[in-house]
Amino acid sequence: MSGSEFVPLSLVPMLTGIFVAVACALPGNFLVLRRQALIGDAISHVVLPGIVVAFLLTGMVTTWPMLLGAAGASIIAVLAIEGVRRLGKIEAGAAMGVIFTAMFAGGVLLLEQSDTSNVHLDVEHALYGNLESLIWLDATGWGSLLDPEALATIPVELPRMAVTLLFVALFTALFWRPLKISTFDEGFARTIGMKTGPLGLGLVIVAAIAAVAAFDAVGSIIVIAMFICPPAAARMMTNRLEHQIAWSVLFATLAAVLGYVLAGYGPLWIGLRDSVSAAGMIATVSGVILGLAALFGPHRHRGTAAPTA
Amino acid sequence: MIWDALSLQLGYNATLVTLGATLLGMAAGVGGTFLFLRKRALVSDAISHATLPGVALAFMGMVALGGDGRNLIGLLTGAALSAAAGLLLVSWLSNRTRLAEDAAIGSVLSVFFGLGIVLLTVIQTMSAGRQAGLEDFLLGSTAGMLRNDALVIAVAAALTLALVLLLRRPLTLASFDPEYGTAIGQNVPRTDLAMMGLVLAVTVVGLKIVGLILIVALLIIPPVTARFWSERTDHVVLISGALGGIAAYVGAALSAAQPNLPTGPIIVLVGFALFALSLLLAPQRGALSALLRHRRYQRRVHLRQGLLALAHGQPIYEQLTLRLLRAEGYALPDGVPTKTGRGRAAKALRDETRWQLIRRDPAYEVAAQQYDGLTPIETVLTADQIRDIDSRIDMRGKGGA
Repeated sequence: MSGSEFVPLSLVPMLTGIFVAVACALPGNFLVLRRQALIGDAISHVVLPGIVVAFLLTGMVTTWPMLLGAAGASIIAVLAIEGVRRLGKIEAGAAMGVIFTAMFAGGVLLLEQSDTSNVHLDVEHALYGNLESLIWLDATGWGSLLDPEALATIPVELPRMAVTLLFVALFTALFWRPLKISTFDEGFARTIGMKTGPLGLGLVIVAAIAAVAAFDAVGSIIVIAMFICPPAAARMMTNRLEHQIAWSVLFATLAAVLGYVLAGYGPLWIGLRDSVSAAGMIATVSGVILGLAALFGPHRHRGTAAPTA
Repeated sequence: MIWDALSLQLGYNATLVTLGATLLGMAAGVGGTFLFLRKRALVSDAISHATLPGVALAFMGMVALGGDGRNLIGLLTGAALSAAAGLLLVSWLSNRTRLAEDAAIGSVLSVFFGLGIVLLTVIQTMSAGRQAGLEDFLLGSTAGMLRNDALVIAVAAALTLALVLLLRRPLTLASFDPEYGTAIGQNVPRTDLAMMGLVLAVTVVGLKIVGLILIVALLIIPPVTARFWSERTDHVVLISGALGGIAAYVGAALSAAQPNLPTGPIIVLVGFALFALSLLLAPQRGALSALLRHRRYQRRVHLRQGLLALAHGQPIYEQLTLRLLRAEGYALPDGVPTKTGRGRAAKALRDETRWQLIRRDPAYEVAAQQYDGLTPIETVLTADQIRDIDSRIDMRGKGGA
């Protein structure tokens, strides 16, 4: 395929997909190890009411109010889950189930009640986004990447996701040691004076930021899949956290690229006329990767030492 | 209009759907309790999301066979099959690999849901206009439901409820005390399987009414709510069933009366309102009663410490203590004890001395264990024992002088 076709149509969605996948997979590694994998699931549900409330307050579908609304909703959800857990002495999973379903239901209801007919805001969009629509109209070929005029019209989701990825990567790098120690041995981390409470909350907030930023571009389904599948698959490959992170980044990138290509061109290969949902396909590919890792990964069983070669 | 709906007067279909929803809510409430007690509430989330590819494949299969594709029984069968596959995958991933159950749940739900979305977009383009509102399965929709479909749902919900009630005893035992269940010869793994089968049935039947994203709420919120009201498993099961029934009934009726109120979210929000009320108001575990208990305790501690301070003639600086003493009429605003205050202070000091004595005497060991600084000594010792202690205190006082 030539650059004049690839750059305007596929480059931006593909890069956005990769950025989303990696930005979610990085914190996902720690969430999976800490048995908080379903936080991503909860966050991606509660983002909906936040976005709807932001829309109702401002009357516009614009970036910043929506991001703020979504972030506010995630923080409310985290606090509410913690509150329900402590006040009612309820197990964390059930507390999460109560809060995120209720908030999602509230979001759907608000959405149905308010007049959103003239804006692009509906539940389906929130669930599986529209990666394919991120078209870079002014691009004419690879040369456009160096053309400031064309670059100015690049879909805003791409730079936003790039910044988010950078932020998530910085957080992971800066807090690498405390994150690693507190993930594997929280008691030890506390005895050497680490503030594990704020650190855990910080991790959840970073995950929420990644989820919220990704949500608008690609919908919640990819977000949940990318929080869990690449790190889970990476966990089957190695016992070292450093290597696990590297594997998860690789798997996330692979899922994003393969998923996007399969969604866009796969149907054409088997004779269908139209492409299928890229978000859904990326999630599916990440699941296939996880399945393969679970079947053949060298460290797929519990408590296996490194195979001696 | 709302009253009409609540009293089931909105026509045959709406009534059937409301009744079906109510039965389903009860079945979900009862079945969900066992899931909740087993601490596996979120497994239902994986099951419900895993239905989507099954629904889509069933639709495509039925169309490929020349059918209409919208046959509800066919769609629900597909949903049940793929949900079962999802459930098997969750248990395979969490038993046979190193993944914890939450990661297994998350990966299965997201991947199955993603695959379902892919299939939905295939259907969208497969034959225009034939999409048959499969999106309704995401969030549920009872508006304009066909009579046959309403009948299918009502009957299936009734069957599920009957099944839950039938399996109630073994499920209670297995979820409350699996070790004991095994010890008396119950096949606990098989009971677990039955529980998951029930959850699956509830999910599939509820797909059309509540939708696959929110159906977990029906399985989670009522048991969590019921837990506030009782400490006994059998009561929690019954209360949860009742709460689920009420939420589903009110929600379905409201949504039938107001066409722009989607059924699933309304049912969930009614359930959540019941939950929030219970969280605040439940007699033992509720937030309000916990707060009151805490305040009462705080009051007693402050009063007692205040009285002891009065007895020793020490000044009181703590504002709350002073306020409480004043309110009881034990002290004047400047902290000087009143006549009753002096009397009570002397009694508090006397009691404290008595406690100190019996805590040193091995003969009173059992009674002394109840010392927490607040329990009145009369409730622990008999009048004779107190006289005995008092005489010893008096003797000691003289001996020391």
